[in-house]
Order: sequence, then C-alpha cells, then structure tokens
Amino acid sequence: MVYTSISFVRFACALLLIAGVASNVYAQQSADALNQRVTAAMCANCHGTDGRTVEGSAIPALVGMPKDYMLLQLKAFKDGSRPATVMHQITKGLTDAQVNTIANYYANIKR
Amino acid sequence: MKRRSFVQASLALGSVSALGGMVGCANTGSIPNKARVVVIGGGYGGATTAKYVRMLSNYQIDVVLIEPQSAFVSCPISNLVIGGSKTMADITTPYDKLSGKHGVQMVRDYVTGVDAAKKTVTLASGPSIRYDKLVMSPGIDLMFNSIEGLKEANTSGQILQAWKAGPETANLRKQLEAMSDGGVFAISIPEAPYRCPPGPYERASQVAHYFKQHKPKSKVLILDANQDVTSKGPLFKKFWADNYQGILEYMPQHKVVAVDAKASSLKFDVQNDVKADVLNVLPTMRAGSIAVESNLANVNARWCGVHYQTFESTQAKDIHVIGDSIMIAPLMPKSGHMANSHGKVTAAAIVAQLSDMAVNPEPFLSNTCYSFVNDKLVVHVASVHQYDAKDKTYKTVPGSGGVSTAPNELEGVYAWNWAQNIWADTLL
Repeated sequence: MVYTSISFVRFACALLLIAGVASNVYAQQSADALNQRVTAAMCANCHGTDGRTVEGSAIPALVGMPKDYMLLQLKAFKDGSRPATVMHQITKGLTDAQVNTIANYYANIKR
Repeated sequence: MKRRSFVQASLALGSVSALGGMVGCANTGSIPNKARVVVIGGGYGGATTAKYVRMLSNYQIDVVLIEPQSAFVSCPISNLVIGGSKTMADITTPYDKLSGKHGVQMVRDYVTGVDAAKKTVTLASGPSIRYDKLVMSPGIDLMFNSIEGLKEANTSGQILQAWKAGPETANLRKQLEAMSDGGVFAISIPEAPYRCPPGPYERASQVAHYFKQHKPKSKVLILDANQDVTSKGPLFKKFWADNYQGILEYMPQHKVVAVDAKASSLKFDVQNDVKADVLNVLPTMRAGSIAVESNLANVNARWCGVHYQTFESTQAKDIHVIGDSIMIAPLMPKSGHMANSHGKVTAAAIVAQLSDMAVNPEPFLSNTCYSFVNDKLVVHVASVHQYDAKDKTYKTVPGSGGVSTAPNELEGVYAWNWAQNIWADTLL
C-alpha cells in the first residue's frame, strides 16, 4: 500500500518535470491569428468583449453576426448610405482588410 | 480520490506538453512556461492589459495586477455624479472577475520601486515580484505644487480636484449640495495636455444643469489656461449660449498660479483674483508618480516616451507604458477609451514577444468620447489612429473621425451603454 503510493507520486513527479521543461502547445497560435484577434478587439470597447454587450445595450452585439451582413453594414456606414452617430466616422478610419478581419472574426464566434 | 485526481491532472499536463515538442512552425509561437507579466495600475489601461494578456495568450501567461484600490471607480461618467444624475455605485465595479474569471492575480498594494536590470518590482508591503514584462499604467500625477497653496488646501479637503474619480467625486457633490443658492462654483483648467480634454467642460455643464434645476441664482465660472475650449468647442459653446446663459461663464487664458484658501479665491498670472464658494482646481498633470520615479518620464520630465508599435518605453527594455502617462502621438487624447485601446495593442505585442512571434506590423487604436451637456443630451468625438511604420507613430486617417452635429438624446443612451460595455470589456 505504501509502496504503491510512492510509485504513484514518483510517476506524477516525473510527468510534472516533463511538463515543466516543455513549452505549452496549447499556447500556440499564429501571429496572424493574434493580430486578427487584437484587430477585432478594437470594436470591443463599445460592443463588448468578443462582441457580447451588457444586457439591454442599445449598442448592438456583434457576436455571431453573419459576415456578409456585417460587411454590408460597415460598407454602408463608410459610404454614408446608412446614417449613424459614430460608425460613419469610425469606418472611414479602417482599411478594407481590417473591415474584413473584423467581420470574419465576429461571424466565427458562437453566440 | 485525492490521489487519483492528482495523477490525472499530471497526465493531462504531461501529454499536452509531449505534443508540444512535436509541433513547430516558423510563424507560430509558443510561450515559455511561467512567463509572467506584471501590471501596475488597475484603471482602463492596466485592467484591460491584464485581461487581454490572459485572453490572447489562451490563459498561458501569468498576470499579476497591482492596484491599491479595492474597486474600479470610473472617471468617465463621474461628472454625472457631481451633477447629481448618477451615484458612486453606478460608476464602481469590483475587480473580482479579473481574478475569478480570467485568472489575473490581484495584489492590493502600491509599488515603491522598479529594478529594470533585475526585472523586479517592490511592493510597499515589502516583497518583490519578478517579471518578464512590466506594464505601467499609473494614470496621472496631479502636480499640486505647481500652484501655490493648493497642496494644503487639497489635503484639508477644502479645494478638491475630483479628477481621479473616488472619494473626492462624492465630496465635490456634497460641497455643491451644501452651497446656498446664489453661490459660485469655479473650475480651473491647466494647459493641455491633461487627462480627458473635454472633461472640465462636461463637468461645468453638469454643475450648470444642477444649478439651473435647483439653485437658479448660482453661477459657474470656467477659468481655462488654454486659448479656447480644447475639445468639442463649438458644440459646448453653442449649448452654453442656448441653455446656460447667465449661469455659466467661460474665461479663456486664465492661468491659476495660487489659491487663497482663507479667502476662497484663485490668483492668476495676469488677471484679478476670482472668489468662489466652491473651488475645483485642476493643476498641471504628468505621468503617474511611479513612472516618474522610475525615470520613465523622459519627455519634459512629464510624460513617458514609448515605441508606439509595442508601447515599450524608450527608456527601459521590457517595460511598457500605456494610458494617460505616455507622450501622446499627434491628436491622441488622454482618455479611458484610448487607454483601453493601448492595453489591447500592448497585450498582443507582449504575447507575441514572449512567444517569439513577429509583433503586429499595423496596429491601430480607436477612440470614442461622449460628453453629457445636461443629464440626457450628449456630444461625442471619435477617432481612429493607424500605426505608420515609416514614421513610427500613430496618425489619424484623413476623413475619418469627427464630432456630433448637435447634442442629442440618442447619444445619451449610447454614452451610458458605452460606459457599461467598456467597463465589462476592461474588468469582467
């Protein structure tokens, strides 16, 4: 009984040692993915982390918004065809690539 | 039971690590074990950085957030507490979700020293904490000594700043409530740059609205060291002319050099003294004191120069400075929203650097700033700041950004929702 306990502990310690030396694979992501996440995060100040707003927010949630719909709205803000309070001013500051990244990011988050 | 779960946990950790050795890609980073980011200051900048380093590293980088206050009290919306339409509870958010939900280690303390060579910070309570990356987001230091007599008058509680939201916010409200009808409230503004460019004008508007409703014989005086209203000028001035005529008076180019607590008056470099019943004096500002004491304030001994792509100090390696403490890029406001944006760009840069990945070559920052001109109507200013790799700074995009056409109620709703959402994005 005592012997079993000790071997368990030894085995566990050995595993912990391996864990301590190796890097964490689950931390791995591409630089592109990281850049896309921080690009989309620039919307989160108003639209909530990952596009989830507080309950009752008049500022719309972006989480799970279909990409094509969001692209159309952002384009409409940018060309002035959709009236806005701030979004026409914000979208004019974004590149097409950033707009695409943002629409893609929120479309791919599950509600 | 206990033994089995310990072994299972070890197995899980071991197998994932073993897999780690097999995966490799030039464009993919991995984080060394026990990488630690220490963040000084739990405001909009620091709390956002802490949360987003955890999120963007997929919860692999340890984050320690050092903040002396027990809860976050927001500067944005605090003028509405002074005006009487919001309460301290409305602008206060606890820090518990940063630890409970995001695994940020909260340390309630002050930092007394930073050793950039040893990469440690020392706490007021004694212990030192090692860091791989240090993020300084200490906000502003109010230079009370730049105005004769102010330090004593502030310490005694007579002349408040209420520019760092907290007990002084509530106390300034109390002073206004205690003032009899027919009294005068005077707010003085230092030369730009200072924290929250439109803030003093919003505050004056809030007090004018309160007086108009409850103390109609009273007056608001704005004594501004600047040439003109520094933000949303035409919008504020039109609203004042249309709504606060006879209540609010704006006086530019009035630089306060001394206060006389006994006479309750302000002294200027040129003009005659101004007497008021409630004085709200905002002195010249600079980077938060820990940044100054750590020799990071290398621009005019007031602001911290940073490499804008990563917000790493131009003075010390592996120390990033964000928020109101930095030397701003052109047209960049010192605002809570901007500090939140700094925090995200910095968090991503730190995750990239600690993972041996390339840092984002084209970061950008957004800013939206709402000002209440009464309890319901709001005007905003918005901007987008793209990083320019050639000039190594942020530039606003021509044709982007701008202000409201007029104060409106819809933006009053958005402004409150903005506050709730950015508090959640920063802290929850």
